[in-house]
Amino acid sequence: MKRFPLLPELTLVVVLVLTPYVLTHVGFSYDLMQRVLDWGILGIGFDLLFGWTGLLSFGQAAFYGTGGFVTAWLLLDGGMHSVWLALLIGTIAAGVVGVCLGWFAVRRIGIYFAMITLAFGQMAFFIEFNPLSDFTGGENGLPGVPVPTLGWDGWAFRINTGLPMYWVMAAFFLASFLLGRRIVHSPFGVVLRAIKENTARAAMLGHAVPRYKLAAFTIAAMFAGLSGGLLGVFQSFMPPDAFMLDTSGQLVVQTVVGGVGTLVGPAVGAAVWLWLRDNLQLIPGVGSLWKLILGAIFVVLVIALRRGICGEIRHLWSRRRLARLPDATRETRAPEVHVAPVMTMTAPLIRARPDAPALETSDLSKQYGGLRAVDQVSFAIQEGTIHAVIGPNGAGKSTLFKMLLDEVHPTEGQVRLFGRQITGMGATRTAQLGIGKSNQLNTLFLDLSARENMRVAALGRRRGAFRLDVLRRADSIAEVERQVETALASVGLTARGDLPAHVLAYGEKRRLEIGMALATGPNVLLLDEPLAGMSPEERISTRTLIREIGRGRTLVIVEHDMDAIFDLADRITVLYEGRKLADGSPDDIQRNQAVQDAYLGGMRDVHEPA
Amino acid sequence: MPSLALLLSQAFNGLALGTLLALVSSGLTIILGTLGVLNFAHGSLLMVGCYVALVVLNATGSWLLALVSVLVFMFVAGVLIERVIMRLFYQRPPEDQILVTFGIGIVVVETMRALFGSQTQHMAVPPWGEGVTRIGFLIYPTYRLELIGIIAFTLLVQYVVLYRTSLGLVVRAGIENAAMTGILGINVPRTFLLVFGFGVVAAGVAGMLYGPILSVTPDSGEVYLVQAFVVIVIGGLGSFPGAVLGGLIAGEIMSITSAFNSAYSEVMLYAVMALVLVVRPQGLFGTEGRV
Repeated sequence: MKRFPLLPELTLVVVLVLTPYVLTHVGFSYDLMQRVLDWGILGIGFDLLFGWTGLLSFGQAAFYGTGGFVTAWLLLDGGMHSVWLALLIGTIAAGVVGVCLGWFAVRRIGIYFAMITLAFGQMAFFIEFNPLSDFTGGENGLPGVPVPTLGWDGWAFRINTGLPMYWVMAAFFLASFLLGRRIVHSPFGVVLRAIKENTARAAMLGHAVPRYKLAAFTIAAMFAGLSGGLLGVFQSFMPPDAFMLDTSGQLVVQTVVGGVGTLVGPAVGAAVWLWLRDNLQLIPGVGSLWKLILGAIFVVLVIALRRGICGEIRHLWSRRRLARLPDATRETRAPEVHVAPVMTMTAPLIRARPDAPALETSDLSKQYGGLRAVDQVSFAIQEGTIHAVIGPNGAGKSTLFKMLLDEVHPTEGQVRLFGRQITGMGATRTAQLGIGKSNQLNTLFLDLSARENMRVAALGRRRGAFRLDVLRRADSIAEVERQVETALASVGLTARGDLPAHVLAYGEKRRLEIGMALATGPNVLLLDEPLAGMSPEERISTRTLIREIGRGRTLVIVEHDMDAIFDLADRITVLYEGRKLADGSPDDIQRNQAVQDAYLGGMRDVHEPA
Repeated sequence: MPSLALLLSQAFNGLALGTLLALVSSGLTIILGTLGVLNFAHGSLLMVGCYVALVVLNATGSWLLALVSVLVFMFVAGVLIERVIMRLFYQRPPEDQILVTFGIGIVVVETMRALFGSQTQHMAVPPWGEGVTRIGFLIYPTYRLELIGIIAFTLLVQYVVLYRTSLGLVVRAGIENAAMTGILGINVPRTFLLVFGFGVVAAGVAGMLYGPILSVTPDSGEVYLVQAFVVIVIGGLGSFPGAVLGGLIAGEIMSITSAFNSAYSEVMLYAVMALVLVVRPQGLFGTEGRV
């Protein structure tokens, strides 16, 4: 891919230029081609929403219809002469409706999101059909939409239906595709993919997930608005069925058939769907069954060939690429640690009080039904120290940890970061303020490469909680890239950076998990059982890594490996049954009678790797 | 301002529509709650029940026979869909489940179109439901009154099965935590099969009962599918009482609104849904955080 960076774009240009001369011989009329391209533009927006962000919307008809009727109404009754201007306003109008409906819809995911968008799509249909029928023509639609003109005054010429109109549609499709590619390869697009892969982790890395979802929803709505406007323009008629549920449904089907997450997939799917519809209808005896046949094909595709046409092609392509990568199948050893670069990665800090401890809890409690998982725990972690939290299983360590970054809201009590209260802010805000966390169980973006995983993490604080930087390339921010490479190097994954995270070995995934927390450039780093499941060899090198990370940074560790804890920690807090049992230096803890009775008495059991 | 008589009669209409929506939504919500699958084919299966009843009625004229046929046919259809297709999808993401049931819906609708055509068919009101009944100053079609009773009874049967039998206990346990229910030694796949079957039967029975009021075409189910979604969002995902109360609320909203201006009846329904999403996003009976 790297050798031909513009290959997809060039291929598309060639296909679009050849289409009217080749496909006319196999049953494609100009009208059909224009229709395919129109569905294709609608589909690029939908693919950004579904294929990249993972939000399956059944309500795209609402925006398709809005863009279409606003454009058509402006040209017919609104006294507007420029078709281009009307298309622009229609697109913006669809975007405005998208923001409004999206504000409700993105609060929910999965099943709920599909249901809500479907319901809103129907609502838009009923509004268009009844209360607004004076503007939309009700069930008659708006006939007589004028064709666009190019040029000014005496030099203006009309773009007539047929081949000229095809070129207009092709140009719009190409522009939409180019824009779609830019969005996909921008930092914004990378965050969208991360949200699809693992929403909770994306939020923990400091990305404001709801705003990204709303932005993706709005962008999809604007693509839909543009294609709706073009629909009325190229066929000189704005039909009321643009608003119907069937439109949204057909879009979903075409996208799945053509390939989700490929941008051109929806257009390919539309070509297959519409061509089969037109040509099956010509066969006697089969004609009325065309939709049954297509429906059955769709079901089979969803069951067996989930990637769709373009997706399968890309899958074969990338498998060949993976096979050619050197050392792609060999696992890497745990790394030699590079001290210096790790130090430079901490982002600047906002301090409430100069003398405040890095992290401080007061009377922190969490109640789950009848169970008090954490009970009135207060402790302070001094800046630049390594602080360990230990305790037998079920002592409340993980719950306490989750409350430190407000991933779980406490029932009572507070957490302060450098003197600033952070309770109630949520994990995204606390990540932005400088808390990074690696989890006990790996939470990676499995379909992204190791390098992209690091990039999502590094973008979090450097770029801010939300930014609509859709036009720059994701790897073009120099300081983020430095941070990505440093983080990769410090966990020894540089050579494996281009592999998708799901093919990495377990130990490598574990290191990636820690590396991502590091790549956010945190001021306070929380490590939840960083050594869990590692081999003895990896434990040693990871311990070295942790010690190096700990220089100039505040570290909080939960771990069962007592050797590691007493070796690394400056201070230890012992939890027992949700309460703080002891708090002190490793020596104090080792001598503490209560700790010995409650916990270290069973040292031999705990000593073994968990 | 509409007259009191009109408002009252619309309130009754709302009750009839509301009980129907409650029945349609209950099937959808039980499947959703237990299997975690949102069945986009539910609306089309509603119409299957309608057509099966129509065929049997045209051949024999017996409502009892029609009811038995609908029960058997729908249960078998549900079992087949679950065994052949849905079983492959429990481990796949919800988006895939939505896509496949959506596809099944297309196939079912188009099969009905191939068999019966697109034109509207009429199902006669049963002999015991003909004519009108006078309640005070209200004159109301008898069948609609009876329908309210029949559906209330059907919902009661569902309630008893869900909350008073051991199968119901397993289903409710499955709604709470399917994996744990399996660990306790309960045959979860068989429970899933039965639940899917019963959910489909609920759709079919609703279709049959509402047949005489509906204009019967292969596509008619779509409207009720979407309205059932709204009911579930209002009532709470996977909640049986939520489906019943949500159904009644939805029916009343649409009927009362159309007493003022029928153009806004559907719009008002979605507006209320949006309001619920803001004020109580988990729905009336839903638990926060499940979906």
